[in-house]
Amino acid sequence: MPSLGDVQPQTMHSAEPLALASGKALRDYTLAYETYGALNAERSNAVLVCHALNASHHVAGTYAGKPNSEGWWDNLVGPGKPLDTERFFVIGVNNPGSCFGSTGPTSPNPDPAANGRSYGSDFPVITVEDWVDSQARLVDALGIGKLAAVIGGSLGGMQALDWSLRYPERLRLCVAIAAAPNLSAQNIAFNEVARRAIVTDPEFHGGHYADHGVIPRRGLRVARMIGHITYLSDDAMEAKFGRDLQKAAFGYSTLEIEFQIEAYLRHQGDKFSEYFDANTYLLITRALDYFDPARRHGGDLAATFAKARCRFELVSFTTDWRFAPARSREIVKALVANQLDVSYAEIAAPHGHDAFLLDDPRYHDVLRACFANLAGEIEAEPSPQPSPASGRGGGLP
Amino acid sequence: MSDRKDIELIAELVPKGSRVLDLGCGDGELLALLERERGCSGYGIEIADANVLACHRRGVNVIQLNLEEGLALFDDRSFDLVLQLDTLQHLKNTERMLRETARVGRVGIVSFPNFAHWPNRLHVAAGRMPVTRVLPYQWYDTPNIRVGTYADFEVLAKKDGLRILDAFGIQAGRVVRTLPNLLASVAVFKFERA
Repeated sequence: MPSLGDVQPQTMHSAEPLALASGKALRDYTLAYETYGALNAERSNAVLVCHALNASHHVAGTYAGKPNSEGWWDNLVGPGKPLDTERFFVIGVNNPGSCFGSTGPTSPNPDPAANGRSYGSDFPVITVEDWVDSQARLVDALGIGKLAAVIGGSLGGMQALDWSLRYPERLRLCVAIAAAPNLSAQNIAFNEVARRAIVTDPEFHGGHYADHGVIPRRGLRVARMIGHITYLSDDAMEAKFGRDLQKAAFGYSTLEIEFQIEAYLRHQGDKFSEYFDANTYLLITRALDYFDPARRHGGDLAATFAKARCRFELVSFTTDWRFAPARSREIVKALVANQLDVSYAEIAAPHGHDAFLLDDPRYHDVLRACFANLAGEIEAEPSPQPSPASGRGGGLP
Repeated sequence: MSDRKDIELIAELVPKGSRVLDLGCGDGELLALLERERGCSGYGIEIADANVLACHRRGVNVIQLNLEEGLALFDDRSFDLVLQLDTLQHLKNTERMLRETARVGRVGIVSFPNFAHWPNRLHVAAGRMPVTRVLPYQWYDTPNIRVGTYADFEVLAKKDGLRILDAFGIQAGRVVRTLPNLLASVAVFKFERA
């Protein structure tokens, strides 16, 4: 499958403050984003991709000179891929509060009292709704009124769902994969363990570790290890590691790595702690905890989606115990109650929650069909201002 | 209900503009036809991955669901019409599904292979289970785990408090209203909750 090749990150700076759900505001902020494909003359073929916990605006393609720098959804987005960049203008954006180029806890705090130090834990608590508002600003800046689609998996799927509620007239299609209408107590519990691991690291320093020139790596590692367990299914872990040992026999040690699953989790934790910011981890897990659009409607999800106008594509994976299929079905039920157009595929994939990042053909074929229909619809629409000089059949592609 | 002619006969029973739920919608052909030619809208329910994909390609709404789990996704009387074509006989929980159909839809339409069609009777009289165009399977590999007849359905409908609005057989793409239990390979019932 061809890839996009080299892509370039861009930034959008906004001097206009972003009002946040908490009542605070982001005074001044920058969003890092990438775009792939070409925006059509009608500006009607744009698809926004929302990222989950640890991803970024780098959705697809590679960076020049870095052959192993494929974007996190490179198997889905590109020329001829299910989300085809030859037909769609695809936008990836890094959410504020993250640590990959958009304004976040590692950015300088504009408050004069901070004396140019980074925000650290003073970065305001941010919600899915705030992210969606910031994304809408970027879409505005790109001159796009209505998106063809908003797509995301997991926490990204929650953002896509929130688009359908917050800006119901600004998208045709919402694609929410391995998502949930809110977190369960168990989901919040895992997040809280991860956060405690970080904040109890002696190098956390109340979130101002940058001022001390340290990073709470131990906490981040443990947080990632816990998170990673929830991304995999029991079966996938069993198939990949089972009870396989690192060495030929037991070493009778409580401190050394004995089982391969331990080595794998430590490796994941180590890798993660090298590139991810601890305050960002706290913020994003909190945004997950807070997400609950039905809260304003007394928990009534059907009443919540009464304002939605777009059509929906939902996908879940049977072995995902983090956001199980039953959670997606709750959303389907609410959409059906509002007589909204929705299709739902429940993919019998063995990989657990992480399946949304993999390329199971049943999953990708469904998205391919869904986007092909959307592209066909858009391409069949007459141009609002046909130019007499370049009428149809005039040799234009 | 893969025959085009059969699908057209069923489509004629569906009032224009109906809100439709098609249980076991297959590749979505009927739903697409109802949307295109009768201004209907709604959803198909399918369990098979290949059919779910085919529905996506057709652009009809499809929800992947095992019907054995019931219709908890749908509120009472939330559809004008619930279709259950060539599906009932594959379900373990046939009666519950029929009740669910009547709960969710104002009107239900079911079709299923009529086991009492005369060639089947001849097979059984000769001591063998029937293998025909409508029932092409051997007894040991058939997905038709519920074999019933046109006459049997009338009894079940009565038991479950369903009022039959229309009923006929289909044989070779034609409606059979004379002795359907004997002369039709497919039974069709349109009903509502009494």
